Amino acid sequence: MFAKRIIPCLDCKDGRVVKGIRFINLRDAGDPGDLAEAYNREGADELVMLDISASREGRATLMETVNRVARKLFIPLTVGGGVRSLEDGRRLLSAGADKVALNTAAVETPEVLTELASLFGNQAVVVAIDARRIGNSKLETGKSKLENGKTKIENRNSGEASSRISNFDFRISDSSRWEVVTYGGTRPTGIDAQRWAKRIAELGAGEILLTSMDADGTQAGFDCELTATISRAVQIPVIASGGAGNLEHFAEVFVRGHADAALAASIFHYEQYTIRALKEYLRDHGVPVRLK
Amino acid sequence: MIALLDYGAGNVGSVLKAVRYLGYDAQPVDQPGPLEDAEKVILPGQGHFGAMMDRIKERKLLEPLRRRIAANKPYLGICLGLQALYEASDEAPEIAGLGFLRGRVTRFEGIDKVPQVGWNQLQVQRGDKLFQGIGEGSFVYYCHSYYGPVTEDTVAVTEYGQTYAAGIERGNIWAVQFHPEKSGEVGLKVLKNFLEL
Repeated sequence: MFAKRIIPCLDCKDGRVVKGIRFINLRDAGDPGDLAEAYNREGADELVMLDISASREGRATLMETVNRVARKLFIPLTVGGGVRSLEDGRRLLSAGADKVALNTAAVETPEVLTELASLFGNQAVVVAIDARRIGNSKLETGKSKLENGKTKIENRNSGEASSRISNFDFRISDSSRWEVVTYGGTRPTGIDAQRWAKRIAELGAGEILLTSMDADGTQAGFDCELTATISRAVQIPVIASGGAGNLEHFAEVFVRGHADAALAASIFHYEQYTIRALKEYLRDHGVPVRLK
Repeated sequence: MIALLDYGAGNVGSVLKAVRYLGYDAQPVDQPGPLEDAEKVILPGQGHFGAMMDRIKERKLLEPLRRRIAANKPYLGICLGLQALYEASDEAPEIAGLGFLRGRVTRFEGIDKVPQVGWNQLQVQRGDKLFQGIGEGSFVYYCHSYYGPVTEDTVAVTEYGQTYAAGIERGNIWAVQFHPEKSGEVGLKVLKNFLEL
């Protein structure tokens, strides 16, 4: 039985986990190493660490943090946030990450993802897509998990692609329903999310971390329509992110959204749900999961 | 000394970390000399079948590796290190494998998602040594697009569209398609079984 994966996300800043933490029996609740171990014990299938440090010093700390977390962790670890170059990716992988996640860099310099894939294999390259519904959206918009606070640019009215990709095939058209946004959800790219997903799979991405900018931060449920559309468009696995608020939301995104994995941060940090409770719920609702 | 065959790609670092965590001395090896002297060899493959075989050949590691395997000296192949044991792979049809197992490695067909990325269950058929202490249905972490066919040396299988070889054991020649270094407690136990051999 092939299992759907549950992936907690640690948002790190200057070597510390910055979101609220419910684990009270930890030596230090903000330590990524302690938290990684706790999630591993609870049965997390993988871990994602996203760096939201705004400074160069913060970035240097990240390498040390990844190294420390990876030393005792024997499940896959993905690290993202501000990965802009081949060298950034190489450093993270050699510090102990199994996969690196690229977001804005994949749009602006897609050759970086191809270079990373040819050096380290497609399995090491995760492309994060932040997608926003085109037209009126009743959902509240959140902010991206993958971007550095410093690089935020308010540019919502710009319809111009910031991408260097000139291939007309990726551009949004009348039939497009979701647009790729970069720089922490602040910059529209003029790229159609579904076409972009197909393209990055060709370029060497091994997985897609798909965040709905409409659902993110709302705790009102994943965007299952977006997830299903992207998941059906590509052969590579799609990790759904953004909007998890209760256990039912996870069942929905696996069943209706055809997600291969689901990522969440605050539901595990703040709420009463443990990973084990979530997995038992999913099992009871017919979703295959790994229970130890 | 335990040699981790380092052919310039692959997941040598994470396997090394796991072996050392278990308290064993291991070194990445890219020269024929230390490969021949090593007590045990691990081939921690990841990437492309053809690229791996080419690089092993370039570094003059192919013949010493073949000799060790023929002499039944302890070998553990991981992922591509399992696939290398077959005669050939559809991933690089023009390049020969080690030919220790009959058959060729083929790509997953008739299933929506390729590669298989994630946790799947082991059906242990013979628990002899490799899977000693590993419960039936244990989950392990996979990441691959190609798989090896079941042969008489297959001791565990997994299903993903088809049934394929998850674990191989013939004498001291062992191999697993999953990543024990990424499979939590179950994976560490499999590694430990090999290290204690």
